[in-house]
Amino acid sequence: MSDVVELDARRLLCPMPVIRLQDCINQQAPGTRVEITCTDPGTLHDIPTWCRLNGHRVLATTEQQDDYIFLVHKDADAS
Amino acid sequence: MTIKAVALISGGLDSLLAAKLIQHQGIEVVGINFFTGFCVEGHTHAIRNREGSRPKRNNALWVAEQLGIKLHIIDVVEEYKNVVINPRHGYGANLNPCLDCKIFMIGKAREWIAQHGFDFIITGEVNGQRPKSQLRRFMPQVAEESGADDLLLRPLCAKNLPPTRPELEGWVDREQLKDFSGRSRKPQMALAAEFGFEDYAQPAGGCCFLTDKTYSVKLQDLWDNRGRREYELDDIMLLKVGRHIRPSSAFKLIIAREEGETRYLSGYRKQFQTIKTVSHGGPLALIEGAQLDPQQLELACAITGRFSQGRDAESVEFEFSDHNQDLHSVNVKPLRPAQIDPEWIIL
Ligand code: SF4
Repeated sequence: MSDVVELDARRLLCPMPVIRLQDCINQQAPGTRVEITCTDPGTLHDIPTWCRLNGHRVLATTEQQDDYIFLVHKDADAS
Repeated sequence: MTIKAVALISGGLDSLLAAKLIQHQGIEVVGINFFTGFCVEGHTHAIRNREGSRPKRNNALWVAEQLGIKLHIIDVVEEYKNVVINPRHGYGANLNPCLDCKIFMIGKAREWIAQHGFDFIITGEVNGQRPKSQLRRFMPQVAEESGADDLLLRPLCAKNLPPTRPELEGWVDREQLKDFSGRSRKPQMALAAEFGFEDYAQPAGGCCFLTDKTYSVKLQDLWDNRGRREYELDDIMLLKVGRHIRPSSAFKLIIAREEGETRYLSGYRKQFQTIKTVSHGGPLALIEGAQLDPQQLELACAITGRFSQGRDAESVEFEFSDHNQDLHSVNVKPLRPAQIDPEWIIL
């Protein structure tokens, strides 16, 4: 298993968490997993949508107190 | 050769339809959306309604999903400051620098297509739709000053304008483009129905907070009191939250209006002096300004108390956290409504 890149997007409001994820994913090799922690409930909608549109996968979504944690997989064929 | 276009996706119906018209002609379309910090997103909603109601969707992502296209959201917060602070063509009714804003965004799209090997740019503009910003004479100006020139196609009103390169080269069939103009939304709604789009975002007086009078007044107040026209992202986010009250030029209070705002403002505790009501239920207040002197602190607490459950009490206890985050206890009688000078309230 490759390491997971962690991103803290707490307190940021949409679309900033999406921008953080996008900018991070664009710099990673395909197959990399990124874990992003957010507090804006809008991310529950926006992060899966952005991943779907851009060809990446959300492997898991966890809610922990006030945090929403997404584990995202960068797919090989996505740019 | 595949012809590729980039569409500026604001999240409104017009950008959805413009992109769809071009996609419909077999052209590959990718969306870009610029994040300026002023965009009308579900921010106030996200701050105020954590529990209960459904989180508000991001309209640009929704549009991209309807079209089945990729969407790149580009953070232009830093570069956009110059557009807001020094608009060459001035402001609209409020602090909205619409003409400069369009020139800036289309200029960014022009850079983007050059970097990514795309052929042209699409926007959802319609001539004569809004006063000033989209008058017919501004359309060539935007194309020229942005550097996009004839690579900028406005599919919804293309037939009212001279043919652009995508049309002249035969990449796009001009006949299938539209000749919409004016403020009526009917042609767009009819076209949306034709394409089967429902539940699209309704235009609500502009695509950003800068068209909002109250917001613009708060931004102008910020500049006036700093003596400089400048801002950081946190400043413009905080203008979307709470009651803004400036009882003197030395400080401003940002008082949460409900639980969600208190939670949001709590995230700024380390950057600001804060006042919290201790003896009663009450909001959190951030204080923007230099360290308060005892008199200013008393006034700030008395104002905050006005919005607490102890508003009618003889004395309310507050916890003041100073710039070093040292805590001080303060007891003050809240101001009566008539004691709050309407001039203090920044509307
Ligand atoms: S309303 Fe705002 S985002 Fe739209 S053109 Fe004007 S300044 Fe730009």
